[in-house]
Amino acid sequence: MIETLIQDSNPSFLDYKGRFKGLMGWIFSTDHKRIGLLYLYSMLVFFSVAAILGLMMKLELMAPGKTIMGAQTYNSFFTLHGITMIFLIVVPGLPAVFGNFFLPIMIGAKDVAFPRLNLLSWWIYIVGAFIALSAQFFGDGPPDTGWTFYAPYSFRTGTNMLPAVTGAFVLGFSSIVTGINFIVTMHRMRAPGMNWMKMPLFPWALYGTSWIQVLATPIVGVTLLMVVLERTLQIGFFDPALGGDPILYQHLFWIYSHPAVYIMILPAMGIISEIIPTFARKTIFGYTAIVVSTLAIAFVGYFVWGHHMFTSGMSGVALYTFSILTFLVAIPSAIKIFNWVATLHKASINLQTPFIWALCFLFVFMIGGLSGMVLGALSANVHLHDTAFVVAHFHYIVFGGTGFAFFGALHYWYPKMFGRMYDMAWANIGLAIFFTGFNTLYLPMFFLGMTGMPRRYYDYVEKFHGPNIISSLGAMLMIAGLIIIITNLVRSTRHGVKAEKDPWKGKTLEWTVDSPPSLENFEEIPVVTDHPYKYD
Amino acid sequence: MDNSQHTHIVKYKTFAWVLLILLIFTFSSVAITQLELGVYSVTAALVFASIKSVIVLMYFMHLKFDKKFYAIMMAGIVLLLASVIFVTFLDYLYR
Amino acid sequence: MTNHIHIDEHRDDEGAKTGMWIFIFTELLLFGGLFIVYSVYRYLNPMAFHLAAEELDVFLGTVNTVILLVSSMTIAMAITSIQLKKKGLTLILMGVTILLAIIFMVNKYFEWTGKISHGIFPGSEILHQSSQGEILFFGLYYAMTGLHALHIIVGVGFIGYVMWLVKTDDVKHDDYVILENSALYWHLVDLIWIFLFPLFYLIT
Repeated sequence: MIETLIQDSNPSFLDYKGRFKGLMGWIFSTDHKRIGLLYLYSMLVFFSVAAILGLMMKLELMAPGKTIMGAQTYNSFFTLHGITMIFLIVVPGLPAVFGNFFLPIMIGAKDVAFPRLNLLSWWIYIVGAFIALSAQFFGDGPPDTGWTFYAPYSFRTGTNMLPAVTGAFVLGFSSIVTGINFIVTMHRMRAPGMNWMKMPLFPWALYGTSWIQVLATPIVGVTLLMVVLERTLQIGFFDPALGGDPILYQHLFWIYSHPAVYIMILPAMGIISEIIPTFARKTIFGYTAIVVSTLAIAFVGYFVWGHHMFTSGMSGVALYTFSILTFLVAIPSAIKIFNWVATLHKASINLQTPFIWALCFLFVFMIGGLSGMVLGALSANVHLHDTAFVVAHFHYIVFGGTGFAFFGALHYWYPKMFGRMYDMAWANIGLAIFFTGFNTLYLPMFFLGMTGMPRRYYDYVEKFHGPNIISSLGAMLMIAGLIIIITNLVRSTRHGVKAEKDPWKGKTLEWTVDSPPSLENFEEIPVVTDHPYKYD
Repeated sequence: MDNSQHTHIVKYKTFAWVLLILLIFTFSSVAITQLELGVYSVTAALVFASIKSVIVLMYFMHLKFDKKFYAIMMAGIVLLLASVIFVTFLDYLYR
Repeated sequence: MTNHIHIDEHRDDEGAKTGMWIFIFTELLLFGGLFIVYSVYRYLNPMAFHLAAEELDVFLGTVNTVILLVSSMTIAMAITSIQLKKKGLTLILMGVTILLAIIFMVNKYFEWTGKISHGIFPGSEILHQSSQGEILFFGLYYAMTGLHALHIIVGVGFIGYVMWLVKTDDVKHDDYVILENSALYWHLVDLIWIFLFPLFYLIT
């Protein structure tokens, strides 16, 4: 009886009745958990679309010559695939979904600092997404510049660039608003007793990420604005005919877009730092080193943008500087890998699905990171620039890093988010198929790139045929794995077994609240006295 | 959570003095660039602008009286922007 | 299960101010991007920038600088007067700020229309016949002062809204963080102009 009374006074965030009912109760809710799920659902939709585009491109590459689409369609497909995946999924992905949902809970707060701004940022995200995607449906054909919008082609091409560029500009605001919100939340709303060095590592990663979001996004914002002005009003900025320098566009674009890679990967690293100690049943090795390396990545990552432009015609001095800085930024990433592996040493490992995702992350992230070192070397880069090698590298980092961490986090926090457990067996089967497909898809591309196959081409010579077939088969296998994983997760929101408060016996604050959490997360704000990962 | 607003009240007179100093700097930067000093006139104009912005930040924007965090971050932002310009110029200076 | 739960209104002035400061940092970097472009093109075309800058009216620029500096002082004083519980004076000082901002915009209007009537605007015949450096200079001139003017308009709206809050006593001597934030925003606009002025008007 008492049990039900307590239940009644604290309905979960999925059940409570607010000012609005039904769908309205979600899209006008300022609850950080509902906003997190809103982002999750919108991203799942965009992700499915972009993944299908990717699959179609791989099908086109099954055989030389035109198989299912022509050159212009292929151009618009990789552009849309890039814009959607980068601006709509991996850049906002982890902070907007898991940051929104878990940051306040993990630092012992009832919500973020500015809940209404938080909702606004989701609305900006949706508006930006619609503007960007509307480019496909009207005007003079879908954009064909690739997601980088390189000048001068981006204002010379006859295709419908304006909505795509404007959409990316608007999406930047969403990112900035989320960043401001998270920084203030962490500065002002940590539970009593939780000083900076007692904050869990996922919030720490979000702190670094938020600063990059706040400080790098405006630069790309104003750059895209310049492209818009150049296209509409013929103001000379980057057009060589008007005295502009197209390489300056590349500088400005990558001043944001390289740090954006760290916006993608830092929260992923934070999530891995949460999953590993929980399933290793052991304190994380070198907490301080991880925190410092997070901030170091955020800082050094701001100054390596030039390694995207090694063949663009920069000066020699700039080439050397950017190459050295690129190698430097690998150090803090490596420190983290060593810390995770050291945590596993002599641990009593509890081999569950989220942990297997984390292990897969380590594997693919290592491949991605080391191939990045190959590209960071100037002489190798000249050979490999704009080949399939680069595509393989950044898919290992962005999909292998952020994507694996995303699914890992989803499996780790799923019982907390939905209050139910997914089917473990199907989750593992899906993961196995996905992981096999992933490597079959991208490993041959390293080889293709080394032997000279350029990226962004819908056609190739006969000698690339073999690896391309393997790669395309891998793509199908990977999609099959994804379907199993997502079906299992969606199905379990209704049919899964009820989850307990702390199914993995984790130690951070989110495991002390109900599954799913109540509206205000905590009945009473907890007082923190100890380190977040105290297992022994 | 402490909700005490810092109650440091800046006197009207302080603001008036600050404005006077800012105006003096404005007029002298106009005057100095009217002289033909070549490259130095730009340098001088930018130095005056920097001094003016520091004064605006310290007094009008209350950095002098607020938590040190804001001032440190502000300095960090200036440093960041300067470093980005510096690194960009590694390309243009040696091209 | 029909309980209507609402989170207690939680007020955190310091947090609101931190948020505003971080927003100001973003704005600084937004203009920072344009300053990077400016510095690169000025380095590549020093003579053309020198010549093009002579087209601009130093007197008008100086007047606008003075106007913005004075308006910055009045909005700063508005905070002092609200702390001293002088509602009327606060409203007057904020009103003066808005008035000065409008004068600034009127000056800007005459400056721009003057340039345009001389045929100096992006894509114009006259500009296309001049050197590439001059095209870049005027492109940047219109973009940077235009973006700055947009910020002035937003600032006027923001301060006007806060004036309404002061009038209805929603902003008073013990709860005025939004006034502080609007003032911070206004100083940001001033701060950017402090750099735009020498970079466009004084580099002759």
